[in-house]
Amino acid sequence: MIETKALRKSFRGRGKTGTVEAVRGVDLTVADGEIFGFLGPNGAGKTTTLRMLATLLTPDGGDARVAGVDLRRSPGEVRRRIGYVSQGGGVWDESSAREELELQSRIYGHSKAEAKRRAAASIGAFQLDSFADRRAKTYSGGQRRRVDIALGCVHGPQLIFLDEPTTGLDPQSRAHMWEEVRRLRETGMTVFLTTHYLEEADALCDRVAIIDNGQIVIEGTPADLKREIAGDVVTLGLNGSSDKAQSLFTAEPYVRSMESLDGALRLYVEAGAAAIPHILRRLDDEGIALSSIELHRPSLDDVFLAKTGRSLRDEPKAPAAPELATASKGA
Amino acid sequence: MKFLRDTWLIFTRQVQLQIRQPVWIIVGLLQPLFFLLLFGPLLQAMWPGSRADAYQWFIPGLLVQMAMFGSLFAGFGIIAELRAGVIERMRVTPVSRVALLFGRTGRDILTLFVQCLLLVLLAIPFGLNVEVGPLVLMFGMIALIGALCSSVSYGLGLLTRSEDALAPIMNTFSFPLLLTAGILLPLSNKAPGWLQGVGDVNPFSWAADASRELFLGHWNVGVVWQALAILGGLAVIGVIWGAREFARSVR
Repeated sequence: MIETKALRKSFRGRGKTGTVEAVRGVDLTVADGEIFGFLGPNGAGKTTTLRMLATLLTPDGGDARVAGVDLRRSPGEVRRRIGYVSQGGGVWDESSAREELELQSRIYGHSKAEAKRRAAASIGAFQLDSFADRRAKTYSGGQRRRVDIALGCVHGPQLIFLDEPTTGLDPQSRAHMWEEVRRLRETGMTVFLTTHYLEEADALCDRVAIIDNGQIVIEGTPADLKREIAGDVVTLGLNGSSDKAQSLFTAEPYVRSMESLDGALRLYVEAGAAAIPHILRRLDDEGIALSSIELHRPSLDDVFLAKTGRSLRDEPKAPAAPELATASKGA
Repeated sequence: MKFLRDTWLIFTRQVQLQIRQPVWIIVGLLQPLFFLLLFGPLLQAMWPGSRADAYQWFIPGLLVQMAMFGSLFAGFGIIAELRAGVIERMRVTPVSRVALLFGRTGRDILTLFVQCLLLVLLAIPFGLNVEVGPLVLMFGMIALIGALCSSVSYGLGLLTRSEDALAPIMNTFSFPLLLTAGILLPLSNKAPGWLQGVGDVNPFSWAADASRELFLGHWNVGVVWQALAILGGLAVIGVIWGAREFARSVR
């Protein structure tokens, strides 16, 4: 459905900053009918890549085929075959969902009768019935989001781009949105989405790619990615500083790496079940009290951290990042 | 064909939105009404001729002013639409880019027609003399002014993408254009020569002169056709520039 080779885009910076290479050779493959998650910290080139694939930006170099069409040669044909839902959505406050759906459908060349039929079908499919004829300014955040996605799908595209479809939604609306996205896949659509939530990518996506510094750092199924970080994670809850505990495990052969958190220590070990008795014995010998101990499989969070050196959740501003990182290691 | 169809789709949606938010039609009409009610009596008192003469001179110019000011600020609407994400939603569809501009300009001209018609009707009790034939030409000229001013305003709105930048630009240009157009007071006898010279190169002063001739029932005089030709030429240039700006930034 999507295939890109060495896709590039740079922006001219303001003043003396020169050009910023936002996307530096992205190779991506998205298969037909899958939910593809595109992850990356802010400024990594995630949005730029998405906007290029959706014909909103012209690539500087590289090749891309989107929905079977050459993106650079015939963006107009790509537009006919894709749907795109931006993060902010785009509905006039004074219009109703039904009117917007009909207009959107007519813009794709459908007749008045066909547009009416498609709008009614979308309203049914996305369960917009209760508010479809009210003006959009009365909609809740979750309702608006559903209308946005219905608008992106009204012409029956083969591929839909969703830019952070669940950002800003309450947990219930988010769960609803996940069902909606799965339903789109069941109708045969390919879904390309970006998200800030790794558990969302894990639960929802068939495959994910992580972009950092304008390049793809890893691509695969969530299970594959987690397997990259072999072994298990043991998180020790500590009362007070983790310094002493950290020094304790530097020489232990079963500990591959460590990460010190606020009031906790995270150990990456080969086999968690076997390591825990050793860990407990070492702590006991040194008289370090433990408030909790937790064993879990690596999450996408751990993958993200390992591949980008950053956590997706708290995104510090770019210049402050190195300082913060060293400060937390030293603490 | 597709371009005309898309223009019609955008136009009808824009008109529908305008009707649901009629405050803009009223605000646009209020300003000339203030001039009519708060400035008209002063002008009339200073006018050498009769009361009807004063309004017969003043109201045609006021229509030109309303056409200018009603459409020069259209660019603010496009900035709001950019922010609401509506423009971006349209950009990923195969909709004709120029239709996005023409649909909106058409809406602006229709709004001007409604406002100008109301002002003409309100001015009749003040002694304004109206004939149908010249009035049709007058509305043609209003359409040209609307097409010119709103296209330029949309172009500037897309260039600046910020109300904070657009407002001072619009105020800086619109007031000198208004003052040298001889709309509030005649430039012809009292103005110093250089100011008359400035008025002569201001297309809106031609529009105001032509408009007065039309309301006197003189439609086949030189200044009317000259004004229509000048504004027509400028409207074509303005629309082409606005359309290019749309096509460039709304690719």
